[in-house]
Amino acid sequence: MIANEGAQEMRPRSELSARELFREVGAVLRMSEAEASALGDLPEDPEDDQTMVINMGPQHPSTHGVLRLMLELQGETVLRCKPIIGYLHTGMEKTAEQLTFMQGGTNVTRMDYLSPLNNELVFSLATEKLLGIDGDIPERAVWMRMLLSELNRMSSHLLFMATNGMDLGAVSMMIYGWREREEVLRFFQKVTGLRMNHNFIRPGGLAADLPAGWRDDVLRLLDMLPERLEEYDILMTGQPIWRERLQGVGVITPTEALALGATGPILRSTGVEWDLRRDMPYLHYDEVDFDVVVGTYGDAFDRYAIRLNEIRESMRIVRQILDRMPSGDYRIQDKKITPPPRARIDESMEALIHHFKIFTEGFRVPEGEVYVGIESPRGEIGCYIASDGSPTPYRMHMRAPSFVNIQCLPHMMRGGLVADAVAVISSVDPVLGEVDR
Amino acid sequence: MGAEVTTDGTEMPEDEQALLHGCPLVESRGQQVLFVPCDRYLEVMRLLTDEGFAMCVDLTAVDYSKFTERDLPAGVTAERFEVVVNLLDISARRRLRVRVQVPESEAVVPSLFDLHPGTEAMEREVYDMFGIAFSDHPDPSRILMPEDWIGHPLRKDYETGSIPVQFKGAPS
Repeated sequence: MIANEGAQEMRPRSELSARELFREVGAVLRMSEAEASALGDLPEDPEDDQTMVINMGPQHPSTHGVLRLMLELQGETVLRCKPIIGYLHTGMEKTAEQLTFMQGGTNVTRMDYLSPLNNELVFSLATEKLLGIDGDIPERAVWMRMLLSELNRMSSHLLFMATNGMDLGAVSMMIYGWREREEVLRFFQKVTGLRMNHNFIRPGGLAADLPAGWRDDVLRLLDMLPERLEEYDILMTGQPIWRERLQGVGVITPTEALALGATGPILRSTGVEWDLRRDMPYLHYDEVDFDVVVGTYGDAFDRYAIRLNEIRESMRIVRQILDRMPSGDYRIQDKKITPPPRARIDESMEALIHHFKIFTEGFRVPEGEVYVGIESPRGEIGCYIASDGSPTPYRMHMRAPSFVNIQCLPHMMRGGLVADAVAVISSVDPVLGEVDR
Repeated sequence: MGAEVTTDGTEMPEDEQALLHGCPLVESRGQQVLFVPCDRYLEVMRLLTDEGFAMCVDLTAVDYSKFTERDLPAGVTAERFEVVVNLLDISARRRLRVRVQVPESEAVVPSLFDLHPGTEAMEREVYDMFGIAFSDHPDPSRILMPEDWIGHPLRKDYETGSIPVQFKGAPS
């Protein structure tokens, strides 16, 4: 046998004890890279040559980055699968220990580069909790954060529509999905100055107020998108080929999903109603009306349908935000945390000192540790910060939803066809920048 | 709350420490934190799972070697490492954070794999980044760094900036 792994070897189900079976169900392909390369030549007797281990990635166009999958195949059937990650590891958690809380946003925004504003939001919320100012954020700032976070969810899911379509052969879908996402990014560019990696949501509030005419821009988006989403329905949802490729593929049960810690559309596709926006509300999500979309079968089609409908729910939330956006300040007026307006620096010595201190030393954050979790487009993104009272985090850890969700791949692929592997990866919607950090 | 007097007349300590399964339970910035000793870790985690904290959201660690005077409840001895586990109770919508002190001399913690299979990758990441071993882990290997990497990058004594870049398989 090719995969001689001692105690971890795959054996027939009839020979397994309950404990071993549990381990196998909870586990992945137990073979290190060294062991795999030591296997050497395949056995000469073709009858023994029944399974083979192949690598998919790390440079496969459908792996959404540098994800490498080791698949053990028997014919066309995937027996086991092990995701191998780390190709994009750049030590962002170590970098965070060198950056002040003020600069930290530029670091975390690059983790999940498809929903940068959610990363900044969770980092800012954790910092504000440490500072003890989480209740003092101005109303306008809170609603602006919600607006940006929901638009970001839309742009992320629109990109999922594009990549999911492309992975399954609906290549024209790729162009449509990117086109719609670009419309959202254009709004971000107008507001924040950048299409991605905004560093716009900062501890204490936001970097700037919304620009003139922002309401018309959002309304234009909201008028345009429903029609486009109906086109998606025509192009994909009802198509027999689309359904054949997705329905019943990559099934995961609620028990498995909960045990593996999966969150977001993966958990909801199994029928578990869990959305932090509704169940553990942050910002003002308890004041807006929206539905949590859940699936039934836990397959790739459910995950696709959930994301498509979450775009609609996000648009519903954005409409309510437009109605309720209050006027006022966009950041907390705490001289220790937010830099003074440019005009004040010319006339006030104190303003100059505060400005200088914030941008050289940063502001000091009290000792302690917090964990804050919010609902990003991919699931629960959490930020754990331990502070020793200095202007830089003593330790900053990001609970990345993709990192956890990607561990579901072995379960979704078990017993499936290798041709479905791409559909399953795509349905998890991993962002490798966040997986490896 | 004033000092309570027990039946034999001795005074109770003023701020009585809240306990959960015999471990100090502290509220920190509105979040529940439980300090579990390393030798009772698995036992308490099993009890907490039965209590409803069925989902392990996050498992990470902190190296406190450069921040020794941190605030800990009475009876908890500060050690170099701390394993931090974030638990979630979906039905009751509550969170609990478990902090385990891990000494440098014996940096071994039982694996939660049997209880929460999802911690498999997180424990590998903690091993990779901090060198904390997880006993009974099915695949105790590095996850983010190359297999032949020397050192554990998130330790505080792992310096940044001045090391030569290691490339796997490259002639050195």
